[in-house]
Amino acid sequence: MTEQQTPGKTSEESQLTSVLAQRTERMAGRRKRGDVARSLIPLVVALVIGIIYPLESVNTTLRDLPVIGEFFPTPGSAVIIIVFTMMAIGLNVVVGYAGLLDLGYVAFYAAGAYMAGWLASQQFEQWTFHFWSAGINEELPGIHINIWLVLILAGLFTALVGIVIGLPTLRLRGDYLAIVTLGFGEIVPQFVRNADSIRGFDLTHGSFGITPIDPPGFGDGLSEGTGGLLPVNFSQSFDAEQLFYWSALGLLLFTIFCCWRLRDSRLGRAWIAIREDETAAAAMGIPLMRTKTWSYAIGAFFGGIAGAYYASFKSGAFPSDFYFNISIFLLCMVILGGMGSIWGVLIAGIILGWLNIEGLAVIGNHLNDGFVEPVFDSRLEVPKYQFGIYGVIIVLMMLFRPTGLIPEQRRKLEMEEGVHDEPAMGERAVNK
Amino acid sequence: MTSRGRPSIVGILGVAFLVLLVVWLGVNFFDDPQEFINVFLVGLTRGAVYALIALGYTLVYGILQLINFAHGDVFALAGLIASWILLNIFDVTGDSGAGLVLVAIAVTLFAAMAIASSLNVTIEFLGYRRLRHAPRLAALITAIGMSFIVQNIALALFDVQYQSIPRLVPNSEVFRIGDIALQWNKLFVLLLTIPVLLALSWMVRSTRHGKAMRATSQDRDASAMMGINVNRTISFTFALAGALAGAAGLLFLLYFTTMRYDTGFELGLIAFTAAVLGGIGNLTGAVLGGVLIGLIQEFNEGLSIWTPGGDWTRSIVFGILIAILVFRPSGLLGEQTPEGE
Repeated sequence: MTEQQTPGKTSEESQLTSVLAQRTERMAGRRKRGDVARSLIPLVVALVIGIIYPLESVNTTLRDLPVIGEFFPTPGSAVIIIVFTMMAIGLNVVVGYAGLLDLGYVAFYAAGAYMAGWLASQQFEQWTFHFWSAGINEELPGIHINIWLVLILAGLFTALVGIVIGLPTLRLRGDYLAIVTLGFGEIVPQFVRNADSIRGFDLTHGSFGITPIDPPGFGDGLSEGTGGLLPVNFSQSFDAEQLFYWSALGLLLFTIFCCWRLRDSRLGRAWIAIREDETAAAAMGIPLMRTKTWSYAIGAFFGGIAGAYYASFKSGAFPSDFYFNISIFLLCMVILGGMGSIWGVLIAGIILGWLNIEGLAVIGNHLNDGFVEPVFDSRLEVPKYQFGIYGVIIVLMMLFRPTGLIPEQRRKLEMEEGVHDEPAMGERAVNK
Repeated sequence: MTSRGRPSIVGILGVAFLVLLVVWLGVNFFDDPQEFINVFLVGLTRGAVYALIALGYTLVYGILQLINFAHGDVFALAGLIASWILLNIFDVTGDSGAGLVLVAIAVTLFAAMAIASSLNVTIEFLGYRRLRHAPRLAALITAIGMSFIVQNIALALFDVQYQSIPRLVPNSEVFRIGDIALQWNKLFVLLLTIPVLLALSWMVRSTRHGKAMRATSQDRDASAMMGINVNRTISFTFALAGALAGAAGLLFLLYFTTMRYDTGFELGLIAFTAAVLGGIGNLTGAVLGGVLIGLIQEFNEGLSIWTPGGDWTRSIVFGILIAILVFRPSGLLGEQTPEGE
């Protein structure tokens, strides 16, 4: 039904050259030494604040501050915020870098969480297998592998799931791909809900979920070797929340580092080329399927690690956690921050994650005390409408600032200059 | 899912799958023909409701190539408003007289269609219209956002509880042959759906508006040059789709008697699957797809031999969606789309 026309962009050579020159200039400008050093200062400050945040003295001081004190999350909530931010940065690889809309990212979260459930709990009581199970009684039935190893295995398993989902579907384009991923995102939770008796074999324990899941730890050997610096087992320490927070922060930094390096790698440039113009990218010799599948696998990898870590943190994997809205929640983080922009997604992830866990309730209370109750004589349950609020954010961002809060340079150029994109609603995207 | 041209592996798999499906249906039919036909009638009724919703997706996709995610939520909101009108304005109860019930249903039908179509037009006007020149995914993402907004409007108005109405159309039997029975409520849904479908097909085929719609969907620029008001035509399409969603909302409510703010999400996805199965953009395809999905769902939940059961309905429906999109994106009746490679 769509008419293939010549690109609406004017193709006069002079203009093209000037655009290219501008682009090179901006790229070069971004790489000046001084800029890099100056831009590092806020990062270092943010990192230091991030690291000392859960310390008892710092945290209580912040939370006891008048007025703004209640806007600081507890270390426990902060862990959840970090985990979801990590997933959003993983989703950013698929949506932001490669430009593939994934509406079923929750499937990878679920795969990671259940991997932790299978490999570090008493789910499979018929087998007893221990491997470096830190602080767990060796007699305990079930498979118990150290969580740090499980995280890697979960990442790899989830990447495999991503490849399996990706291979048949990634040749579809745009909105059809989005729908297929949505379909997988709906099937996976139903599968784990129903797979409690596959020919009598209890794979997922149905709607009860798998619980408890082992906490992370380093075992006796490493703990004694470092003089107690590395804990035997997180849940046996008094400051479990802080330990969970720091290791989550470590994982987040690892994710950010990988995604940041990936963006400028050969693979990352191939993703961006595909995002901008699939046909041209193929003509330049980029293997489309392989490159897209890699983006899926890598995006899934981080989702799996985050899912497994979260399952270990809350000591359970329940099918009711994996619903469609989570995918949209993560997508909202990516859109708000700016598709393709790591720093944008990081900040949007922290903001939205905080709103989700504590923020909406806090803001809602203030709103009710100050305005709604005196005027309407009733209270508004703000957290109930969280997804309506995310819907409003998504629509407003798309209408008025589609590049996000902190736009990625390249993406901004694409939006400003128009790219050889899929036609929007049956028409070629023309230069605005 | 039959093979096109040379038999490919995919084609052979498709045929094998169809053969298995036929064997499964055949075994169930010969095991208990009367049960089979009863289940078939239930599935047909369900399919009729799906078809009405699927038509809304297909109309909008045909003209804008946009999956209007919010459609299912418009359907749910219309149904909930219909329940409010029936209960609070007409004050109907289970034993109201037939006259009052018919008048109430007729007025509510009109109101639900009007509200849903103005809501749909508003969504297009505020959201999608500004994004016609944006990248395609921007419009799709906006549609998802709109879906959540409409769903939360329903949540704010009707809260999380299920809204129930008394059974207004009785489920007493119209006729019975052996164990096969057709109930009034099923007949009512079918009787209301068929004229709506005929009117819609007449409208698209024979009126000036319908002609403008078809022209706009083929080539928007050329239709604008021919003097068609493209914006108005698109608004009209959204109004039509919304009216169908409103009608479907009331029918769903009358047949199932209960719904909730998030009923539209799952129903919307199922109906979208139906539209894709039939070939998105194709009106007859949407109806065929709706009926097929309704039948598949009821066969899965109602038959007794080798049946996965209701726990797996969602997986089966989405499995079909994925299989169709991967192996035959043009659907059963649709034309070849660019998505097919």
